[in-house]
Amino acid sequence: MGDLFEQPFSAPVLWGLIVACGFGTWMLRLSFIQLAGIWALPRWLSRGLRYVPPAVLAALVVPAIVQADVLFTPAWDWTRLAAGLAAAAVALTKRVVLTLVVGMAALWIFMGLA
Amino acid sequence: MSASPSASAPVSDDPPPASALTPRVQLLAGVRAILPLIPGVIPFALVSAYAAREAGLTVAEALGLSTIVFAGAAQMAFVSLLASGAIAPVILLTVLVINLRMVMYSASLAPHLHREPAWRRLLMGYLLTDQAFAVSITRFTEAQTQPHKGWFYLGSAAPLWIVWQVFTLAGLLLGARVPPQWGLEFTVPLVFLVLLVPAIRDRPSAEAALVGGGVATALAAMPYNLGLIAGAVAGIGWGVLAEERRDRRDRRDRRQRTQREAA
Repeated sequence: MGDLFEQPFSAPVLWGLIVACGFGTWMLRLSFIQLAGIWALPRWLSRGLRYVPPAVLAALVVPAIVQADVLFTPAWDWTRLAAGLAAAAVALTKRVVLTLVVGMAALWIFMGLA
Repeated sequence: MSASPSASAPVSDDPPPASALTPRVQLLAGVRAILPLIPGVIPFALVSAYAAREAGLTVAEALGLSTIVFAGAAQMAFVSLLASGAIAPVILLTVLVINLRMVMYSASLAPHLHREPAWRRLLMGYLLTDQAFAVSITRFTEAQTQPHKGWFYLGSAAPLWIVWQVFTLAGLLLGARVPPQWGLEFTVPLVFLVLLVPAIRDRPSAEAALVGGGVATALAAMPYNLGLIAGAVAGIGWGVLAEERRDRRDRRDRRQRTQREAA
């Protein structure tokens, strides 16, 4: 056995770590999908779940479009925000491919201009 | 939630009558729904393969990571912590914290998948991703009672797994990378943007989105994707409170109206 607390890890430790990460991740993913067959979700939880899609999707989309990781730093530029706003207008039609085409075309044009 | 989405091509196709929704139809609908998300995943797979090699993993170890863990952001954190000399418990904990959001996805999808056989749910859990969650929950909320939801889910989740492994392998063997200036990874938030539209169906869900997006942006500097989790939790909590506020107001309005009619 190698040492968990000192790098470089031996091959068995590295593989053990990969498997542990995979197993833990699997348990997180499986949690409710597997449990729901055993007991019913409590009411307060199923009520909260209705707000998972709007809250999570917005939490994924908004930081990516405003480039939140570099916001207020010199690395920020306006191209993604502008392309995102153009795409948002098209997204109201709920057409995925059209939104992709408009958003990416806008991004490339704006990057050419910037 | 509306039973009649607009007639002009919605996010996923309008579910046809339940009798026409065979497992095969649902599976293919899932594949179609996930397709627009594929281009955004490819550069991510190539980059994570490149990072794994840079961190000193062998091809076998890197493939083990991408098949056993199968979670892009967590894999990137794994290899960058490994390269920086972190100890094993820190790496494990980081990976699990980054993947905590999967518990929310699991809870959201569970009511739609609980009739699937247990062994199939083991596989469904393994395949769960941001993308598969997003397109599946959109489809399932459009029509609550459609049959064979599990097949739609598998149709959306499996192609992403295949693409992830193929392009991880390509990245490992060829060292290929998509030029970052193409900005292909921007296609992922664009698709999520389209899915966000039907998710906002009333005032409380709009407020949930506003709070979720705002908090996630404000906390984007937090490590381990915690900004995303904080944003999601804040948005969900706000949505529930907004719904209660609306229901209280509705009840009061109704009471006042009956009192006025009685007077």
